[in-house]
Amino acid sequence: MFAYIVRRLVLMLVTLFGISVVIFVLLRIVPGNIVDILFDAAGYVDPSDKANLERELGLDQPIVIQYLHWIGGLLRGDLGYSYVSEKPALDEILPRIPITARLAGLALLFSASIGIPLGVISAVRQGTRLDYALRVVSLSGLSLPSFWLGLLILMASVALFGTMPIFNPNPKSFGEACAIYGVPALAVGFRSAALVMRITRSSMLEILRQDYIRTARAKGASEASVNYYHALKNAILPVITVIGIEAAFLVGGLIVTETVFNIPGVARFLVEALRWRDYPIVQNLVMLIAVVVVAANFTVDMLYAAFDPRIRYTD
Amino acid sequence: MRSVQALAAAGLCLLAASSLAFAAEKQGGILRIYHRDSPGSASIHEEATYSTNVPFMPVFNNLVVYKQDVAQNSLDSIVPDLAESWAWSGDGKTLSFKLRQGVKWHDGKPFTSNDVKCTFDMLMGKSAQKFRKNPRKSWYDQVVDVTTNGDFEVAFNLKRPQLALLALLASGYSPIYPCHVSPAEMRTHPIGTGPFKFVEFKANESIKLARNPDYWKKGLPHLDGIEFTIIPNRSTAILAFVAGKFDMTFPTEVSIPLLKDVKAQAPNAVCVVEPINVSTNIIINASAPPFDSPDIRGALALALDRPAFVSILSEGQADVGGTMLPAPAGIWGMPKEMLETIPGYGPDVNANREQARKLMQKAGYGPDKHLAVKVSTRNIPVYRDPAVILIDQLKSIYIDGELDVVETANWFSKVARKDYALGLNLTGNSVDDPDQAFYENYSCQSERNYTNYCNPDIEKLFDQQSQETDIAKRKKLVWEIDKKLQEDVARPIIFHARTGTCWQPYVKGITVMSNSSYNGYRYEDAWLDK
Repeated sequence: MFAYIVRRLVLMLVTLFGISVVIFVLLRIVPGNIVDILFDAAGYVDPSDKANLERELGLDQPIVIQYLHWIGGLLRGDLGYSYVSEKPALDEILPRIPITARLAGLALLFSASIGIPLGVISAVRQGTRLDYALRVVSLSGLSLPSFWLGLLILMASVALFGTMPIFNPNPKSFGEACAIYGVPALAVGFRSAALVMRITRSSMLEILRQDYIRTARAKGASEASVNYYHALKNAILPVITVIGIEAAFLVGGLIVTETVFNIPGVARFLVEALRWRDYPIVQNLVMLIAVVVVAANFTVDMLYAAFDPRIRYTD
Repeated sequence: MRSVQALAAAGLCLLAASSLAFAAEKQGGILRIYHRDSPGSASIHEEATYSTNVPFMPVFNNLVVYKQDVAQNSLDSIVPDLAESWAWSGDGKTLSFKLRQGVKWHDGKPFTSNDVKCTFDMLMGKSAQKFRKNPRKSWYDQVVDVTTNGDFEVAFNLKRPQLALLALLASGYSPIYPCHVSPAEMRTHPIGTGPFKFVEFKANESIKLARNPDYWKKGLPHLDGIEFTIIPNRSTAILAFVAGKFDMTFPTEVSIPLLKDVKAQAPNAVCVVEPINVSTNIIINASAPPFDSPDIRGALALALDRPAFVSILSEGQADVGGTMLPAPAGIWGMPKEMLETIPGYGPDVNANREQARKLMQKAGYGPDKHLAVKVSTRNIPVYRDPAVILIDQLKSIYIDGELDVVETANWFSKVARKDYALGLNLTGNSVDDPDQAFYENYSCQSERNYTNYCNPDIEKLFDQQSQETDIAKRKKLVWEIDKKLQEDVARPIIFHARTGTCWQPYVKGITVMSNSSYNGYRYEDAWLDK
């Protein structure tokens, strides 16, 4: 087990190194840099002014030097300066992480707390009206784009209540705080819950046909005990995988929700930084997302062992 | 005697009414406005978008400024700001200002003539400290230097008379910067003398300003502060305004179709539609085939059905004109009768196109041999949408256009290296003055003359109108120049857009400028009737 963990950790480092190279190269392959964009915004092109600014930002240096400069800084905890705001990149990124983390965490909580029980119910009641109704709901959750759902929620809020849950860094009440995170999280969590529900249902259906379930029933175990203790415990593995993937996706994939609900989180900031080709922000944010994805995968693998004693990571 | 008494009574009534109006202006409250995007920086001098002017103009003062409660900017609406008065020398080559005394920067340091000199030296590229970008350097091409006489007098010495200098100085783009603050600091934490102090600028999130209690205009501003929440998503922003989360929309950002939605959902909202002095136009690469042919350029100008653009894109709410914004909002635009004599502006579109087809046939094209061209434009709806209509209209004269959508980051580089045949472009004029529009867009040496149109004869006329002090004579010259520019197909103007601004009924003291969208955001007179 220890050797496996060490091997996985080394692999994680190699993966992150590869990602850093890919991010760095891809960003510079995209036509136009921050200087082009700054001058575009100013509506003129002056070659000497542009050259001066490129020199000031270090963009005139060879790409390898620029890469080493960035990685060196990253290892020292120096993420550089945002080209646009001219503030330390860390100061720009750090305040946005809790916002996105809160939103993603709530969305995951919704998806797990709604998706898993409904998946179990749907499987246990297979072929009933309830099962069909839940499957229709889950299908709609998968097919409705979250930006559409988000806008619909906002429009309905304005029409019905005359207000809307738009982001406010200093909410006046607990209710407002709940609304500004809870409503967007519901919009995102609806899709995730649908996915989790479908995975839980299919996994449960497979498990419920196993011999040991019949044995448990024959031994007089209650229906709830059979479904939630004996069956769900074994059906949960693929669900954990999906939740892990969703967790990783949500860190960078909330762009639409953050835009519609005007939440100043990581994803919207990343897209805005990309628009400006603000390399220090984009590179570091993508690296952060990569770290989260890799860490989430690692955690999921470790959870496998915890949930299923049959799985042992040996050499 | 009776008439004197009546006059006195009327005067008293007026006085009472004005004092009542003054008493009605309530102090306090935060004006909440949504902002359309995150500005590149807080430094007005380094940016060329009103995304910067709107939130940061309240931080500053100019030497002179367009009167903030008069919608139409003109030489007559210019009032003193940091200058108490101004005077032209007899030969029109020196513009001197007497400065206000006792004015303090937001950090407590005193304002002096040295700050004015520093600002303009930097704009002219003459100081050790440099702006990272200096997009309006050419505005001061005629200024030899700025000299001070003591702490409270300053003079602009010109190469030749230029009446328009005063108009340029009154623009929202001409704030006075403090000498003791570096350009880098001004980009992130601007210090001004204006009615509001800078508090915070969180990129992509918000901009906050607070009342300057030591503002040199006693009793102003009325508001405790202004908060801009950055909401790039237009639907969310409009919904939030309708829901009462904001007191005002971002100025001149509500399109005509959206305006209908706002009025339907918030019938009490006050909405104003005004021209923004931004023209939608065509840039032509006349230095390479096929548009090096005057016949094809002429045909292009004749093919345009301007009313169709106006009707489709803005439900009839736009103005057809030349380079200068047409009346009534514009001051220098050609009269309608003159405009209609220019090829392509006549009301009979079919006759114009028949003429265009003949020119195309003369150039070797016809029903069996179409000319294929790429129509390049930026990947933004206000650019893309008219480009699509243009392509459709060009079909009528044997031109098969293909839309070439260019990412914003690459647009100016592409245009600068002449890597285009035909482009759909938008040109904003920050000041309704011919000097700004002509020199910037059509002068042989201008960095913003994207088409490289260069006509020495017209260049002479530019200078002639610029030096003309008689407004009526200058206007005639301007019309002559504008007509010639359109006849030369230098940069065919399709239309001048109009857009809307809305605010809640309790917001008072807001005036939307009618011939520029860059100059009316001081907000010192704004107040909330709550």
